[in-house]
Amino acid sequence: MMFRGIASVSSNQITIPINSTMNKIKTLADLKKLQAEVQSKISLRVKGDSPESLIQIKVSMATCGIASGAKDTLTFMTEELDHQGIDALITQTGCMGYCYAEPTIQLTIPGKEPVVYGFVNKTKALEIIEKHIKLNELVDGIIPANYSSTDN
Amino acid sequence: MKIIAEYNMHILVCGGAGCKASQSEMIKTNFKNKLNEYGLADEIQVIMTGCFGFCEKGPIVKILPDNTFYTQVTPEDVPEIVDEHIIKGRIVERLLYLNPETNERVSDSKEMDIFKKQIRIALHNCGIIDPENIEEYIGRDGYSALGTCLSEKTPEEAIRLIKDSGLRGRGGGGFPTGLKWELTRKSISDQKYVVCNADEGDPGAFMDRSILEGDPHSVLEAMAICGFCIGADKGLVYIRAEYPLAIERLKIAIGQAREYGLLGNDILGTGFNFDIEIRYGAGAFVCGEETALIHSMEGERGEPTVKPPFPAEKGYNGKPTNVNNVETFANIPAIINKGAEWFASIGTEKSKGTKVFALAGNINNVGLIEVPMGITLREIIYDIGGGIKDGRRFKAVQTGGPSGGCLTQSFLNTPIDYDNLVAAGSMMGSGGMIVLDDSNCMVAIAKFYLEFILEESCGKCTPCRIGNKRLYEILEKITDGKGELEDLNRLRLLSNVIKDTSLCGLGQTSPNPVLSTLDNFYDEYLAHVNSSSCPAGQCKALVNYTIDADKCTGCTLCFRNCPVGAISGEKRGVHSIVQSLCIKCGVCFEKCKFDAVLIA
Repeated sequence: MMFRGIASVSSNQITIPINSTMNKIKTLADLKKLQAEVQSKISLRVKGDSPESLIQIKVSMATCGIASGAKDTLTFMTEELDHQGIDALITQTGCMGYCYAEPTIQLTIPGKEPVVYGFVNKTKALEIIEKHIKLNELVDGIIPANYSSTDN
Repeated sequence: MKIIAEYNMHILVCGGAGCKASQSEMIKTNFKNKLNEYGLADEIQVIMTGCFGFCEKGPIVKILPDNTFYTQVTPEDVPEIVDEHIIKGRIVERLLYLNPETNERVSDSKEMDIFKKQIRIALHNCGIIDPENIEEYIGRDGYSALGTCLSEKTPEEAIRLIKDSGLRGRGGGGFPTGLKWELTRKSISDQKYVVCNADEGDPGAFMDRSILEGDPHSVLEAMAICGFCIGADKGLVYIRAEYPLAIERLKIAIGQAREYGLLGNDILGTGFNFDIEIRYGAGAFVCGEETALIHSMEGERGEPTVKPPFPAEKGYNGKPTNVNNVETFANIPAIINKGAEWFASIGTEKSKGTKVFALAGNINNVGLIEVPMGITLREIIYDIGGGIKDGRRFKAVQTGGPSGGCLTQSFLNTPIDYDNLVAAGSMMGSGGMIVLDDSNCMVAIAKFYLEFILEESCGKCTPCRIGNKRLYEILEKITDGKGELEDLNRLRLLSNVIKDTSLCGLGQTSPNPVLSTLDNFYDEYLAHVNSSSCPAGQCKALVNYTIDADKCTGCTLCFRNCPVGAISGEKRGVHSIVQSLCIKCGVCFEKCKFDAVLIA
């Protein structure tokens, strides 16, 4: 399963196997081509041909998040999803800005809007897996998006 | 994996502190009960969420999937929402948000960007991409600004664009970025440098760290663009060793950018060479000052020198050097990609774009926020920040760190930009924003910042080294209850001398917390010196804890928690505090459930 979540959480380095045979980008056209490739890969990751297997989870892993236990959350979710045989792509990301609610994660179920959860300890993580991921029910603790970004 | 059951509808009830105070728990319960009554509990789920960032109109209820956004909902409104909206599918008009500009009710929250007080430009990738994967950055238009500059623009055109955007330095002073680049470009030399100032030193500020941890490539890309503009092929990031994760991610990012040919020689086949190295600082506040930072990078003592010559003429190794702060750089790619006009359309007349603030102190939603310039303090504190903790009263906001000052209630409606903050006796600084309530003593706050300055003064010039020490001693005298009226004049006199005679920015601004609290909270100083009392009850030497015999229930909670055994009394009998033993730690006050412990 090529989109299977990552495993090594012993260090901070979690890599997604996107493009291992990268050559140098030599021109602007090359860059644009790679951009399009990555973008279609990301959208493939979202839509995919087997939609139920492509759940995305991002764990906010800046210093503040890690200090509040984001690493434990990431390890737990990776192991638990693996254990239950649920295909999901778990990645780390930077600070989402909700320091009061760390650790925070963003969960995207294919075809749905991303949902951000705060205070995700192991108990909460398990609840999210059992209810939101498996049954598509939202659970308490959602942080509504309260900003607009340059992308839209 | 199979989806077993699916709820048809979700009702989201805001559980932010502000909405909770307006009975949002009760709203949730009422929804649950009402849905149970109709036998809909299995089809419609009620969820409590975090803050929506629109506390002024709380409590908020949002219905999914149709995104209807109800404001100022009361527990009594619940039956109507269920009967009308859920059962009959008719929106409850009167609870919709009334747009004050158009006077129209808005139902779909997707059309309500008006609620979204935050605009993320510098932070737009933070929390979205994996910072250790360059392709995720490239996938979000990363390095296309550099590509555009190298292939389609002359350095002059690119500098023009930055100038037109109105971007000003985000590290403190607010010097126009485009002008700085132009000055460095005009300096003639065989070698020039681009320096990124990642020596974030203000207590409570961590936006630069978050950007480097969450989106390091945006800074690298901007540095390369700057190199192209000013004619430099070498970039240096000066970062404090206290930021190990930021350093780690920066290193990975630099490695990946080199691997992809986006740093190094002949970038994108245009013949432009640029590479970046990291320099570590030991974490000294003064090294945020350009000249001190450059000396530190050269291996000298981190001490400032007189300007001119400015780094644009004579900087690192005596060569022209352009120093910008992390957040400033993080704005550059977006400006190139979306244009100067777009950027200039955000913000106020003289301060364009957005500013990242680290919101901290006695506020509910502590966090990192990015807001357009010109937003009011009230919006930041009450909407984004969710109001003051524990329902206390707002007293002041400290901005600009140790070089800044306090903004009081009267500035709540002032649009925040560089110039208004200076006019109000504070400054933008790097963006720390510490919210204070009525339990904070302003004399103690001034003392706190001065203590920081004492530690961080490099010691090179006398006013800063000795003057601040004397200032601190006077403040200590006042908070110990030994101050006299004349001390307040001494504080002001000495502050002004330090301001006028210090060499660098650190010294020139170091008395600001003292002056600004003297200006805005003179009564509080007076109370300390005239009646030896601390109105906020924070100065330990000036307060006495006593127990109100009428309220004490004899629960023994204070007795059991007192670390020095200063409380006596029988179980179920009135307790009392032995003043000679009391160390004024305040534990009894915090623990008492009956408000029986008094501070006087």
